[in-house]
Amino acid sequence: MEQLLQQVINGISLGSIYALIALGYTMVYGIIKLINFAHCDVYMIGAYIGYFCMNNFHLGFVPSLLISMVVCTLLGIAIEKIAYKPLRNATRIAVLITAIGVSLFLEYGTMFFVKATSRSYPEMTGMMAQRFNFGNVVISMQQILILAITVVLMILLQLIVKKTRIGKAMRAVSMDRDAAELMGINVDTTITFTFALGSALAGAAGVLVGVYYNSINPLMGVLPGLKAFVAAVFGGIGIIPGAMIGGYFIGAVEVFVSGYGGSLYRDAVVFGILILILIVKPTGLLGKNTREKV
Amino acid sequence: MLEIKNIDVHYGVIHVLKGISFTVNDGEIVTLIGANGAGKTTTLRTISGLKKPTSGTILLDGEDITQVSPRERVKRGISHAPEGRRIFPDMTVLENLELGAYLRKDKEEIAKDLKKVYERFPILYDRKKQLAGTLSGGEQQMLAIGRALMSRPRILFLDEPSMGLAPFLVQEIFNIIKDINTTGTTILLVEQNASMALQIAHRAYVLETGSIVLSGTGAELMQSDEIKKAYLGG
Ligand SMILES: Nc1ncnc2c1ncn2[C@@H]1O[C@H](COP(=O)(O)OP(=O)(O)OP(=O)(O)O)[C@@H](O)[C@H]1O
Ligand SMILES: [Mg+2]
Repeated sequence: MEQLLQQVINGISLGSIYALIALGYTMVYGIIKLINFAHCDVYMIGAYIGYFCMNNFHLGFVPSLLISMVVCTLLGIAIEKIAYKPLRNATRIAVLITAIGVSLFLEYGTMFFVKATSRSYPEMTGMMAQRFNFGNVVISMQQILILAITVVLMILLQLIVKKTRIGKAMRAVSMDRDAAELMGINVDTTITFTFALGSALAGAAGVLVGVYYNSINPLMGVLPGLKAFVAAVFGGIGIIPGAMIGGYFIGAVEVFVSGYGGSLYRDAVVFGILILILIVKPTGLLGKNTREKV
Repeated sequence: MLEIKNIDVHYGVIHVLKGISFTVNDGEIVTLIGANGAGKTTTLRTISGLKKPTSGTILLDGEDITQVSPRERVKRGISHAPEGRRIFPDMTVLENLELGAYLRKDKEEIAKDLKKVYERFPILYDRKKQLAGTLSGGEQQMLAIGRALMSRPRILFLDEPSMGLAPFLVQEIFNIIKDINTTGTTILLVEQNASMALQIAHRAYVLETGSIVLSGTGAELMQSDEIKKAYLGG
């Protein structure tokens, strides 16, 4: 029982990370039908920004998190404007290949500057290093922080998407781009904003992972990126609550599989799930089969 | 006044509009009729800026708007209820209507217009919290028109508003179009239902494979033998 509880807690932490990354995939896919392969590298760069803030500039956790989110926002905007915007009317395969190119560029560009070796986030001290024991179940301050920050960010995201003018524009463009234009919505601005939002969340995820798992490297985004993508597909790609649910689901699966002795198969199970979804319900958990009315 | 001058439109190598010209005067209902694939929808999409013409000019009140963005055209008073309704299915009726007023800042006036739309289409008021995608076809059409009115347009484009509707609803939609016009909105109407469209239109143009082949007042075209044969079923 205690072990189960411990797994749940670990699963929530990992799931939060996946959910934050998955949101970026799903929002961008929702609006321009692009699997933004470079998204996982924005997350990686977010982790590095947090690292430099804490390690080199000795900033606290919160300022580091915020700076990382801001830098990633700008990076996301730059990627969209430089790499994707000129291809707005190109074929989807051209954009996809570009996305892979951007991803490799970010990975090996980062490697050029920071070297390929892993770096360790600075030791957490004081309050940040606290651990709470309930019998044999341990909850670390970092885990509480991950969950709290993720929940706050998700609420903020929901508010932006549901209540603000630009959020409504985002939803309109993802449902019907032409109709959105006829409302007077600036589609380009809206797409850029979507990249900005997703990248900010990825930046936050990067710092949280650095704090939680300690070790970061230039290729750290690849595998979590793929899993977050599976999470997005699981929930129904393009659907924001789907990405949240998918993130926690994949996090839980992974933790349980490794917790009960299957750590070798952990990744295989996750990708097995992807295959299964694609066969059983390609539109994902919350996706609906598109229908049209006459 | 809207003036279309020698507009050419291509989709790839296909020449869809072949130098068409026509005008819509303030206060008129002008209808564009023609067979499937004649280019009616393309004409509206070109005027509202969704499709770039290869050549020609579009003048709104004498100003050249050929190169301006769809957004700017909405600001200048063009509103377009597109073919197939194109409402936002996963938003509520109210959210759809609010998006119609996306570029407006005059909150109080928006509220007034919302009230007017609800008065015109009471069913939309009853369903304001319902997701638009779950409305019936006729209700969706009303929402599409209501949404287009929310920008308080000077000129309203309607692309086949009667498509797929039951006969009594068709009559109702045409009554509503006439009423919208008498309350001061210019209308450019595209219709398959030529007899209904000609009845309410002040003037009409007939489009055939990308060219305007005939024009006149609604009454004149109703009497024309060619029109009777081709569009009015004898
Ligand atoms: N996106 C597109 N790509 C290629 N060809 C197109 C496109 N849209 C329209 N066309 C072509 O342009 C021509 C005119 O189409 P349009 O939709 O304007 O006709 P329409 O008069 O509105 O017909 P309908 O009464 O069936 O709605 C057609 O031959 C159509 O196949
Ligand atoms: Mg048409």
